[in-house]
Amino acid sequence: MTSLFEEIAEPAPDDVPVNRVSVTVNGKRRTADIEPRLLLAHFLRQGLKLTGTHTGCDTTNCGACTVLLDGKAVKSCTVLAVQADGRDVTTVEGMATGSELDPVQEGFKDEHALQCGFCTPGMMLSARALLNENPEPTEDEIRFALSGNLCRCTGYQNIVKAVLWAAAKENGQDPRQAVARYEAAQQGRAQQNGAHQ
Amino acid sequence: MYPGRFRYVSPRSIDEAIAVLTEAEGEGKVLAGGQSLIPLLKLRFASPGVLVDINNLPDLDYIRREDDGSFRIGALTRHATMERSASIARHQPTAAAAAPLVADPIVRNRGTLVGSVCHADPQGDWAAVMIAAGGSVVAQGPEGRRTIPVRDFVTGPFQNVLAYDEVAVEAVIPAPKGTVVGGFLKLERRVGDFATAGAAVTLELSGGKVSRAGIALTGVGAATIDAEDAANALLNRPLGAETIDRAATLAAEIANPKSDHRGSADYKRHVVHTFVRRILAGLTEQTERAA
Repeated sequence: MTSLFEEIAEPAPDDVPVNRVSVTVNGKRRTADIEPRLLLAHFLRQGLKLTGTHTGCDTTNCGACTVLLDGKAVKSCTVLAVQADGRDVTTVEGMATGSELDPVQEGFKDEHALQCGFCTPGMMLSARALLNENPEPTEDEIRFALSGNLCRCTGYQNIVKAVLWAAAKENGQDPRQAVARYEAAQQGRAQQNGAHQ
Repeated sequence: MYPGRFRYVSPRSIDEAIAVLTEAEGEGKVLAGGQSLIPLLKLRFASPGVLVDINNLPDLDYIRREDDGSFRIGALTRHATMERSASIARHQPTAAAAAPLVADPIVRNRGTLVGSVCHADPQGDWAAVMIAAGGSVVAQGPEGRRTIPVRDFVTGPFQNVLAYDEVAVEAVIPAPKGTVVGGFLKLERRVGDFATAGAAVTLELSGGKVSRAGIALTGVGAATIDAEDAANALLNRPLGAETIDRAATLAAEIANPKSDHRGSADYKRHVVHTFVRRILAGLTEQTERAA
């Protein structure tokens, strides 16, 4: 049995065992024969051509490869594809419903929560996982939840706003007002700090 | 980078896992959270012939508080589960303080406490927490189970006393006698980085005095350091400024850090002193209240 993914590694010799996996990716069941050493990130990118999952550092640091595995944010460069057998995976391609963006995606768009965009898919999935658990996070909770996702442009400010935006939208509030309130509070804090100096 | 080739087995029972490990005669490796092991495979620092994935043994995912007040933490219990456990927050302050500082939130969804202790990274967090709390690892092999105190379990950098045919099935934190207080502090350059230096302290109090003390250090030696002398300096005394300074000094003395890109040895030693002092100072009020 040849591996579906032999193009990304040397082809498996005949005596190398492959494992059949069946993974539900973005709601669609995908079955493949793979070598167990294939990482989930590569299964998604090379195997399924879902290249929205980025591999940044490949050392479990940056979080660009974050996907949801059974609803939990995981770094897909540090999970074997074979471990996803029988489980659900959500990638950035699976966030939107048809042409309707996930509120997190809308928030990132509206607040321009990206610079180069490389970390963005992972950021959005971490944000999605946060809002699923905590629909009304504070700024601190957002920063804490996203601390495993590194933005090398250091554009965190707008990312925080985007998540607040998405939370407000999902809670039936005016997202722009929520962000405006946050900005006003920040300005107030900045002025106070200035007064102390 | 891709890991080297291995055979992958996903057993349905601990016995089956042990059988596979026995058959592999030392070429087998247990995969739990994989947050340290998979990077090691990718770097080819580890190339096991057989990977025994215990993730399909959900019976190993538990935090149980026994009637006597001890905790049993299963081999599949993730850092995030520790972080969110109300029972840990209430009864095991050192573990509760450490859990949100282990790696980063995404890694915490996957990595496990028992795996971290077994991995025995000199800069890991949980071994220090477990040593401070007087904890143990329960290993199961073909001949049954044995319980090993973590201070004897970790023998060096990335080394533990597990035999090749044993699986670490749970960690145990013993029941405290009296009130338990504790803390954990760690310096990291950024979230998820290894500890530049870290300290775990667990104290048991009775009658306003320290009846049991554990202090362990991470990131400042070739393995997690059991700062026994520092802990003993606290025994049978109230927590006063002098006692605290003595313990912090002894902890800094036993620390054996190396100068590297994270800081000089002197700096790290100073951080140990500061952390131990800071944790103990933070516990004085609770200690007085317990009196």
